[in-house]
Amino acid sequence: MGAIYKRELKSYFTGMIGYAFIAAVLLFIGIYTTAYNLKYMYPMFEYVIDSSTILYVIVVPILTMRVLAEERRQKTDQLIYSLPLRLTDVVLGKYLAMVTLLAIPMAVISLYPLLLSRYGALSLGTAYSAIVGFFLLGCCLIAIGLFMSSVTDSQLIAAVASFAALILCFLMSGITQLLTTTAVASLVALTVVSLAVGIVVRLMTGSLSTALLAGLLCEVPLVGVYMVNPTVLEGAFAQILSALAVFDQLSNFLNGVFDLTAVVYFVSVTVLFLFFSVQSVEKRRWS
Amino acid sequence: MIEVSHLTKRYGQHVAVEDLSFRIEPGKIYGFLGPNGAGKSTTMNIMTGCLAATSGTVTIDGHDIFEEPMEAKRRLGYLPEQPPVYGDMTVRDYLRFVAEAKRIPSRERRARVEAAMERTAIADVAPRLIRNLSKGYRQRVGLAQAILGEPKFIVLDEPTVGLDPKQIIEIRDLIKSLGREHTVLLSSHIMQEISAVCDDILIISHGRLVASGTPQELEERALHGRALALTVRGERPAVEAALAGAGVRLERVEPSRAEEGCLDLALEWAGEKDPREAVFYALAQARLPILSMSAERMTLEEVFLQMTQDAPQAAQNAPEEAADAPQAMQEKEAQDDGRNL
Repeated sequence: MGAIYKRELKSYFTGMIGYAFIAAVLLFIGIYTTAYNLKYMYPMFEYVIDSSTILYVIVVPILTMRVLAEERRQKTDQLIYSLPLRLTDVVLGKYLAMVTLLAIPMAVISLYPLLLSRYGALSLGTAYSAIVGFFLLGCCLIAIGLFMSSVTDSQLIAAVASFAALILCFLMSGITQLLTTTAVASLVALTVVSLAVGIVVRLMTGSLSTALLAGLLCEVPLVGVYMVNPTVLEGAFAQILSALAVFDQLSNFLNGVFDLTAVVYFVSVTVLFLFFSVQSVEKRRWS
Repeated sequence: MIEVSHLTKRYGQHVAVEDLSFRIEPGKIYGFLGPNGAGKSTTMNIMTGCLAATSGTVTIDGHDIFEEPMEAKRRLGYLPEQPPVYGDMTVRDYLRFVAEAKRIPSRERRARVEAAMERTAIADVAPRLIRNLSKGYRQRVGLAQAILGEPKFIVLDEPTVGLDPKQIIEIRDLIKSLGREHTVLLSSHIMQEISAVCDDILIISHGRLVASGTPQELEERALHGRALALTVRGERPAVEAALAGAGVRLERVEPSRAEEGCLDLALEWAGEKDPREAVFYALAQARLPILSMSAERMTLEEVFLQMTQDAPQAAQNAPEEAADAPQAMQEKEAQDDGRNL
């Protein structure tokens, strides 16, 4: 893991991408700090963080697009496979290198509340909980981007897929409010999801019976629940979707609450996507 | 020892490697020979853990490449077809990274890296970015990576492809010198290359092992008969009838490409007696003029072509091989004719 981590981190700084990433994050947050804290003199750094989350939608795909896709395109994945390295270590090394890169602008930002507090009454606790939450959110989104990069050998596709996934997460809370909450609507929507599950399974395994089984496994309990007690399904689809609203988990941090559920949420999503990435890299050998 | 047993790899309907079994004994240079698309790279990728087999096993010194990958891979150095180098690293940094990944203790790392660079003659480009290097240098950087840490087995997939003649000779010499301390398996679709460096040859075609042995053994196997090539003016039935009593076997009869109304014949004979005179008189009596006749020994090249052509799709792969073959054949013929006549 150490070797991969060092190589990755170094490669960010031999090229442009590391500097560009740090500069983009600092610029964005600098603009909001100037506007909120200096110009309008709000004594709240969390406003800056709240407004800056959209930044991730743009910078994370740029950071993660090349990480595994490029290995595959350059055929250096054959080196990785033939070296005595565990694939988990490889994925983890790459992930931690990106997290380290993210930690650099975060460390710089951590100075801002301290500086600002010299010139006004600033709640340092709230400010730092916001920064910690912001960092955790970033770590979680990087894991999603890493996974997108592991499924393709084209950087462009990886970037577009990550961007689509992140913007969906970003807009999810808005989307869920648009949905009707009746039981029938939920049933229809979840049926469509079951169908999609079936299609994905069919594409991945190539076996029609497995796909049918997976689809039915999702659909049968659904219809069963609807028959027995339709009220359970009221708003169910919206609830399920809102679980995907990764960005929303930040709200408690922004209010100065160090939200352990959100921490668990971020860590779980991260671990899940890292696991998927390892599986996806492993699967390439079987194609 | 590397033991490959009953290896099969399928891509959907297409079978890339079929029930392939062989052994690599320590201390020799093995040549893996086959036309393009024969399954050489697939086999090597499976042997080094880059690809999973559909069925069958590969064990390296008793360690299965899939069950105990760490133990197995520690004994291996692999240079894939395309050198797996990072363009954004310098040669030295790249080799240090590989050394660390190969778990070479940090005290020894520097010395080992320098030694590998010395050996592959890339020390002069050590501080340069790999993406700015020529193909020949990149290939050598890839080779340095493979030999780093002195692995017991070194697997090289077409190590001389894309190099100029001088570099090819250098790489061949390097491989020969590696063969003194390591076991080397290298693949190629060029016969001369394999016979120049290897102690033992494995010929594969369509994912199957068709022959194996030392170059001498393979040559002897094909030399049980000797061949005559003739161009004769006449019709096929007449020629066949005339040659019936001449003590030869008709290997091939086809209309000549060079001469109108003529046939190209390939004859073989097995006995001690040279049948050339008998053939001459038999055809002369039947008033079938011989336009040319030459005695041929089968070269290793032809053995290879013959073995790999038996399979149905070989014709597609053959032209590329055949392109090098005539030249080699003519040279060999010239020598043989000088000796025989």
